[in-house]
Amino acid sequence: MPNFNDRFWLWCAGACYLTGLVLGTVAVLRERKQSRGLMYLIVVAGYLFQTTGLYLRGLEVKGCPIGNQFEIFQFTGWSATTLYLVIGATFRLSLLGYFTSMLSAALSLVSLSMPAWDVSRRVNIFGGNAWIEFHAALALFSYGVFALLALTSILFLLRHFSLKNKRLDGAFAFLPPIVDLDHISFRLHVAGVLLLAASLCVGALWWLRAVETVHSLKIVVTAAVWMAYAVALGLRLRGVLLAKRLAWVCVALFVAALLSLSTVSSRSSELPTSHAFLSSP
Amino acid sequence: MGANHHTTPLELREKLALTAEKLALFQQSAAQIDDLKELAVLNTCNRVEFYGVAGSLQTVDRLQAEFCRLSGMPESNFAEIKKVAGGKEAIVHLLSVASGLESQMLGENEIFGQVKDAYEAALKRKSVGPVLNRVFQKAFQGAKHVRTNTAVNAGQVSIANVAVELALSIFGDLRTTRVLLLGAGDIGEKTAKAFQSRGAGSLTVASRTLTRAMELATEFGAVALPFEQVPLRLHEFDVVVCSTAAPHAVVSQTAAEAALRRRPSQPLFFIDLALPRDVEPEVAGLENAFVYNLDDLAKIAEKARVARAAEVSKAKQIVDEKAQSIWQQISSHVGSTHRVVTPNPAQDLSQSTT
Repeated sequence: MPNFNDRFWLWCAGACYLTGLVLGTVAVLRERKQSRGLMYLIVVAGYLFQTTGLYLRGLEVKGCPIGNQFEIFQFTGWSATTLYLVIGATFRLSLLGYFTSMLSAALSLVSLSMPAWDVSRRVNIFGGNAWIEFHAALALFSYGVFALLALTSILFLLRHFSLKNKRLDGAFAFLPPIVDLDHISFRLHVAGVLLLAASLCVGALWWLRAVETVHSLKIVVTAAVWMAYAVALGLRLRGVLLAKRLAWVCVALFVAALLSLSTVSSRSSELPTSHAFLSSP
Repeated sequence: MGANHHTTPLELREKLALTAEKLALFQQSAAQIDDLKELAVLNTCNRVEFYGVAGSLQTVDRLQAEFCRLSGMPESNFAEIKKVAGGKEAIVHLLSVASGLESQMLGENEIFGQVKDAYEAALKRKSVGPVLNRVFQKAFQGAKHVRTNTAVNAGQVSIANVAVELALSIFGDLRTTRVLLLGAGDIGEKTAKAFQSRGAGSLTVASRTLTRAMELATEFGAVALPFEQVPLRLHEFDVVVCSTAAPHAVVSQTAAEAALRRRPSQPLFFIDLALPRDVEPEVAGLENAFVYNLDDLAKIAEKARVARAAEVSKAKQIVDEKAQSIWQQISSHVGSTHRVVTPNPAQDLSQSTT
């Protein structure tokens, strides 16, 4: 009798994403158009399993499950999938489902296969403070947005390469139009910057009330990630950073953001209670 | 029975093609042929074919005689170019035609609609019965299966369609795409027409002689633009189709750079169909500018043609299997047709045409 705990559902989600990845890879290798509906269905199934797993984990840790490396990877994958389910349905982008499956499968299966990442389950890390929990969840959600932005940028680079080098057959034939990719990338960029800004604002409110509880490195890194994306967005709006260079920047920024995750998610020295946060001067 | 582009040169096909009036007359005459139980006529610019259920080959001869009488072609001449197939072979032929395997441009999709139209017209006239109904419906399913499961219709094989397909992979939606036709070359016109037929947002024509530009603009329902204004207004367009006869490039790197600066986030697609080339080669190196010349488009079209040809044997195998299955389904019925067929198609034909 299987144990229907959080990890069971998360493994199921990982299996779904892996199925999407395998089917997508087979379709690409066979140079056949993959069924967007089927891919969407597989991702939806994975998403439902992952949501169930994270929900159970949330009940166990009494808060948003972003307390250790395992949970952070799972939550980031979940955020990216959430956005794909919205964007994929709206824009009907071919191959984005495949790439999302690839990202979610990687984040999901890597975290599941690293038991050390899930040894310590920190319970009630937000001290019942809904604002801090909101801040953390929003920050990680924005990382999910940036993950999808990086995927869209990779698709953009591939399409750009194919058009410039007149390589339009094979798997390149299934890439979305370059203008569509640019539009989606812009919306994701704006959404990511706004979400992270909102998260930082909420976090700043708490930090101002208890400066000593947050590592300065965490503040610097988080602010730097936001600043980098914001500057890139500003340059994009001014027409300075565009097309291929912008896509490369988005990919590089996401890699940097991913590497900074361990610093950003580091635990504060001591968390005030909800009451202390709300009543502190 | 029929004749098509494989055996019949264009001059003869022109004579064979039935006008609407002649087609109606022919069907009236065919309805009088006693032993002709069912009939559908496929009449396109590349083929005139008759699909029917007949009791004997003499019926086919009578049909041929009626057709030659109406088209004005001596029977002896028609006999040289006609193709007659019966039983399973006829079904194989219909499936091959509907799948685009018999088309002049291998794998083209238009023929599928034309076969459907032919069947629907026959249905309307009630000239098809249980045999042809089943054959045509199954043939449509079979043809769809061929197109879905092989790459026989993959890619584009004409320069104009390749250009439009490329624009789609850049802009996605052509409804907001502004096209500039630069020059009055024949292939440029065809490409512009292809853009229009695929719903391009707007078309502007510029030619070195304004009168010619205005003529073309009128023909296309487009706007004419004085040639000398092109460099200054290049940024207003998404797709520039070049086909001038100018001895030198008419789109310079400087002009393209200036245009791209004024539309920084929007790509500019140059389709250079002119010889010598109209777009300076350096333009291709500009970020967000995509330049395809005649050779590039021809290579893509050729690749698609080769890819389609490579799928023919696979497609033919599917056609053969499907035809075998259809033939098995109807063969028992065909055997009993002469006794069972109702209503009398001749009577129905006359009713529907009066």
